[in-house]
Amino acid sequence: MKKTLFDKIWEAHVVRSMGGLDVFYIDKHLIHEVTSPQAFDEISARNLPLYRKNQIVATADHNVPTVNQHLPIQEPLSRMQVDKLTENCAKHGVELFGLGHQNQGIVHVIGPELGITQPGMTIVCGDSHTSTHGAFGAIAFGIGTSQVAQVMASQCLLISRPKKMRITVDGELGRGVSAKDLILYVISKLGTGGATGYFVEYAGSAVRSLSMEGRMTVCNMSIEMGARGGMIAPDETTFAYVNGREHAPKGERWEQALAYWKTLYSEEGATFDKEYFFSAEEISPMITYGTNPGMGIALTGAIPTTVPAGETASFDKSLEYMGFAPGESLLGKEVNYVFIGSCTNSRIEDLRVVAEFVKGRHKASHVEAIIVPGSKHVEQQAIAEGIDVLLAEAGFELREPGCSACLAMNEDKIPAGAYCVSTSNRNFEGRQGPGSRTLLASPLVAAITAVEGKIVDVTKYLN
Amino acid sequence: MEKFEIIQSGAVPLPIENIDTDQIIPARFLKATSREGFGENLFRDWRYDGDGNPKMGFALNNPRYSGQILVAGKNFGCGSSREHAAWAIHDAGFRVVISSYFADIFRGNALNNGLLPVQVSDELLHRLLEQVEQEPQTQFVVDLVKQELFIPAWNESVSFEIDPYKKECLINGYDDIDFLVSQKEAIEVYESTRAWAY
Ligand code: SF4
Repeated sequence: MKKTLFDKIWEAHVVRSMGGLDVFYIDKHLIHEVTSPQAFDEISARNLPLYRKNQIVATADHNVPTVNQHLPIQEPLSRMQVDKLTENCAKHGVELFGLGHQNQGIVHVIGPELGITQPGMTIVCGDSHTSTHGAFGAIAFGIGTSQVAQVMASQCLLISRPKKMRITVDGELGRGVSAKDLILYVISKLGTGGATGYFVEYAGSAVRSLSMEGRMTVCNMSIEMGARGGMIAPDETTFAYVNGREHAPKGERWEQALAYWKTLYSEEGATFDKEYFFSAEEISPMITYGTNPGMGIALTGAIPTTVPAGETASFDKSLEYMGFAPGESLLGKEVNYVFIGSCTNSRIEDLRVVAEFVKGRHKASHVEAIIVPGSKHVEQQAIAEGIDVLLAEAGFELREPGCSACLAMNEDKIPAGAYCVSTSNRNFEGRQGPGSRTLLASPLVAAITAVEGKIVDVTKYLN
Repeated sequence: MEKFEIIQSGAVPLPIENIDTDQIIPARFLKATSREGFGENLFRDWRYDGDGNPKMGFALNNPRYSGQILVAGKNFGCGSSREHAAWAIHDAGFRVVISSYFADIFRGNALNNGLLPVQVSDELLHRLLEQVEQEPQTQFVVDLVKQELFIPAWNESVSFEIDPYKKECLINGYDDIDFLVSQKEAIEVYESTRAWAY
């Protein structure tokens, strides 16, 4: 039988099958301060050692402040959680990229950037956006804390094989239409539960033409339609990105790896449980208007007036929270906050898009625009390219790396009732702070919004 | 893990779809390093206003509703992988969540913590919600051994699916760690024979 990319990697990691469940081997385990403490406690309580500590990498990202990272963390509970991670890693001999370390950053940004993420791997993390790493042709997915403990104890999980979905986007994306718009568009079509139970492979010429950064943005948001994960077959773009990175194989091992990686694709005629096809030409810059990532429209479109029967109550609740009405256009809405960051869009490419646009422009005076790089390396690169200066001149604040206002566990919160155009991945109620109202968009749309101080049709800037 | 057999109780209705884990337990309450105490902040921003006063319109604050069963709209538990969501629901005294659809990670997290997700059809979910809202004292019986949800008021029972292994675990209070650790030999053999190791 013809095999899919997913089948090939899955089957290579089955230790043994029992009924509908597989003992599934994990190559890399990424951990952070929020979902690991209870797992460390669990294995300690059972007197279990870490089974393969060299396959674990830790970073502090969710709780960390984005200013004055050289000082002790002010907020006592955040400090405690980060200290606990440091303590646990030291005790168990796990490599930690803590605050101040040159490799520190958002877990899903640093994995790829350090070459830890490679094609053909299985990668887990106690974080749903682990799907990001699928951009390299890896099986990567988020797990709960009990499973974090399982992987610590055995490097394995006991799981059933998900169903397979392929989403093909063919054609050429228009000017100003980015990977973020592509995935927001797909999620708006499938809905937030549209891929529950499936593992998604993204294919088609529009996906192939994306940079690695763009592919990560797409795979990152797979979870927003309920998918277990998302992946893209590795190709020359992937190999070129991985080559030479700190943890990437070198010399002869590189050649062996490459030969194997080139076998990782879905064979012609392989079957998927579900397939969707979209054309890149249908996609324009997107924005969300509601309180789940499936509630997206073209920037120039209107909020729907009808929703499927049975969903009206939730739809109304959502619009009431956002302060919008059915049928309304978002154009002209005033915005006070712009957040550019998160594991979806905080890589150097995203910062370059913003810098290029804001060059010679200035943010509107009523807007607070913060840019939080995904990692120390991204921050350093931005400084090396002079992006920090361009941003400062435009009135944008370049912060230090972390999750920041993506989930508002640190001080970076959007006030109740305020609108924030955000490049992150979730617009759930209160996600960016109690009562905050989030509109998800691409880095370009976010930058334009900051300059205009309101939501505008971006086409006038594209020519 | 605590053993699960039969639950007989009333239910609390939450007729909202796509309830995400950020609503179940907002991120700012994830700073604890133990598993206990999350129930206090379950549905925090729906349950309390900014000053910490209970919002009386919310079902969990409504004295009419009580019980160990939460009945919620479809696609329950979407969003973040935080297991704290399952801990919070369990900690608040619930043992069963009924919905017509569960997000994958939440379902797994629930099962790993003695919280039973019972998936029913959209149509039945609708009827259950209506029943609880109209007759808040309605009792339900969730029998894991028989994989059956019984509604005495209707004299009707419906069966539900659960992975046989997970069912065993819940009934006996086992978890996956013990099993996986017992597989050490097979895991070592696998590691030594891997065609490609990272
Ligand atoms: S940036 Fe946001 S989505 Fe990404 S890992 Fe951090 S909190 Fe999660």
